[in-house]
Amino acid sequence: MSPRKLWSVAWKELIQSARDPLSLGMLLGVPCMMLLLYGYALSFDVRHIRLAVQDNDKSVASRDLIASFVNSTYFDLVATPPPGTDLEKLTARRTAKAVLVIPERTAENLAAGRTAQVQLLLDGSDSNMAATILGYANALVAAANVTRLTEAGGKIALAPIDFEPRVWYNPDLDSTHFLVPGLIGFILMLTAVLSTALSVVREKERGTMEQIRVTSLKPGELIVGKTLPYLGISLSATVLILLAARFLFGVAVTGSYLHLFAATLIYLIGALGFGLLISSMVDTQAMAFQAGSLASMLPAIFLSGFIFPLRSMPWPLQWISYAVPARYFNVVLRGVILKGAGLESYPRDVGFLLLYATVVLVLAYVRLSRKEV
Amino acid sequence: MQALLSMIRKEFQQLRQDRKMIPAMIVGPVIQLIVLGFAANLDVNHIPLVLVDQDRTPASRALVDRFTGSGYFDLVGSEETAQTIEPWLVEGKAQIALVIPSSYGEDLAAGRPPKVQAIADGTDSNSSGLGLGYVSQIVSGEGAELVAAKRPLLEKTIGKPVGELELVPRVWYNPDLRSRWFYVPAVLAMVLMLVTMILPSMAVVKEKEIGTLEQLIVTPLRPWQIILGKLTPFVVVGMLDLCLITGLVTGLFKVPLRGSFLLLVALTFLFLMTTLGLGLLVSSLVRTQQQAMGFCVYVLMVPMIYLSGLIFPIENMPHGFQVASTVIPVRYYANILRGIFLKGAGIDVLWPDALALLIIGTTVLTLASLRFRKSLD
Repeated sequence: MSPRKLWSVAWKELIQSARDPLSLGMLLGVPCMMLLLYGYALSFDVRHIRLAVQDNDKSVASRDLIASFVNSTYFDLVATPPPGTDLEKLTARRTAKAVLVIPERTAENLAAGRTAQVQLLLDGSDSNMAATILGYANALVAAANVTRLTEAGGKIALAPIDFEPRVWYNPDLDSTHFLVPGLIGFILMLTAVLSTALSVVREKERGTMEQIRVTSLKPGELIVGKTLPYLGISLSATVLILLAARFLFGVAVTGSYLHLFAATLIYLIGALGFGLLISSMVDTQAMAFQAGSLASMLPAIFLSGFIFPLRSMPWPLQWISYAVPARYFNVVLRGVILKGAGLESYPRDVGFLLLYATVVLVLAYVRLSRKEV
Repeated sequence: MQALLSMIRKEFQQLRQDRKMIPAMIVGPVIQLIVLGFAANLDVNHIPLVLVDQDRTPASRALVDRFTGSGYFDLVGSEETAQTIEPWLVEGKAQIALVIPSSYGEDLAAGRPPKVQAIADGTDSNSSGLGLGYVSQIVSGEGAELVAAKRPLLEKTIGKPVGELELVPRVWYNPDLRSRWFYVPAVLAMVLMLVTMILPSMAVVKEKEIGTLEQLIVTPLRPWQIILGKLTPFVVVGMLDLCLITGLVTGLFKVPLRGSFLLLVALTFLFLMTTLGLGLLVSSLVRTQQQAMGFCVYVLMVPMIYLSGLIFPIENMPHGFQVASTVIPVRYYANILRGIFLKGAGIDVLWPDALALLIIGTTVLTLASLRFRKSLD
């Protein structure tokens, strides 16, 4: 392998991508945009729940209960439908997410020492949100009951258990903290796989691959030369994400930068190799995009533990996830960036990333050289 | 008309020529649906829990039993003191540590509120947040039971019963709160965006790249005929995907289709107007397929999916993002999908969303056609 030839292929590829500032800008700018999006806009936290209240009792007790819902800051009172309203229309039209119905004679029942039922009607189409709302409502009603008991007096000491939650590494459970590593893994996979695959297939599609074939380039030189620029671009994107995370969201790397760099490099080499492998199997850019996004983007989002927890998936998917490099990269990155751990804490994960990179590169090399020599 | 038909026929042939393309447009969505359907589940269970029980009394064991019996937690180990739990959390072997202090049983017996501590690995803020929520539920459940156990005694001492509120929840549309029912219809929106926004824009740009777009101009075809001819095959494939995915969603994932399928088809046409228009618009802005792909995926698809409420609730976003999301067609299509599938909603409920799609679609298509014509002239 001659370094001079290698360099000229890499240089050509770099010039080609520099001529396309739009794509280059996207490769570098998009990761930051996604971080901003995640950091500022997206969260699963449930607040400002649109609540409608139908108070058929209009007593002190019913007003107290409504006040405790509104004062909890989780609920926004949006409507007070009069008796006889079609309550389902309220949720079907998405005016309200939940409707609290307090029946007549609630206060009377309570005063007489009976159990008084209040109804909570929920829009379950967003299951996640509905479960959270149900949790809030149950807690509010339980708190109201404990207050009633204590106010009833008596010398009996009532001792509910004090619960003290503590969170390590990310005390405010700030989602940007956990998104930064996941996002790096996802973006690197996406850009590395797609841009290498597309750049090789582009030459096939335009017929310039034949021109390269008649030069004295060895397949290895072509492969390495073609991937080098994207390695550089992807690493720059990583640096940009880290900088944005540091200065916009205060997420600093607590572990060693050397370990971070090493892990990223191994992961990237695997991803680039995968892009090459795809390029050896397809003939058009549209196809390369389809295959690349399906085989890299989808697993990197859904089977890596990035957003959805792996442990709650059915076992066939858990098994598949063992072949997804982003899964291991996520563990290592979270460790190095957030917990200040070193690579030595994750021998299994680093080992797998190495194995993946080797297997994929060998496969890509075999396929590409068979075609070209 | 004749010319238009032959243009459409040519486009179909072109699509068929790339032999891997049609399977990719059909098989791809199916794989996507299956992965997403099974993977997109935010319900957290089997959270690995490490236990530090310094009390070891029947009272503390009752609390631990509540944890192991809940199904949310798997007990993976125990430690003598809270000082030694760190390796469990650093290496990710456990996500939450439960610490019961040595005074737990004693405090309870004396009527003092005992303290229970849970330490969570915050790096996965999402599932840790949920996990801590479960811990708090379990602990307060135990607390409520202990308090309730004293109710008869209390009522006896004050000489009269104390009334109690009971919350009776009723969950509409998805009574078992399956998150799959929420996410699976979302796949339709993603697949349709892929097939009717990204692929057509790449197809148009490909003609630019190869230079065959010029050849189309010298034919007697009008610009709108070229556009219609180019886009029709993708509409057809998109509609095929719609039928296929609806079949899988209801058959494999057992998500109910409570509304009318015809309405779904009709409103999907409106949605396709927006995606095709955007795809066409992109193709007039870029020069290469790679640019088209990048632009569609990064600048359009990803932000649109995230800000549309398909995955993350819009209510939680800052005000500015909420305003921005009103111009995102997927937002309205998400309402339509969930309305028709889960709520059985009809046009009487969904008309504002349909209207919004119509307005956005017309605007985008007009703009795209104008730009396209300009690039042809």
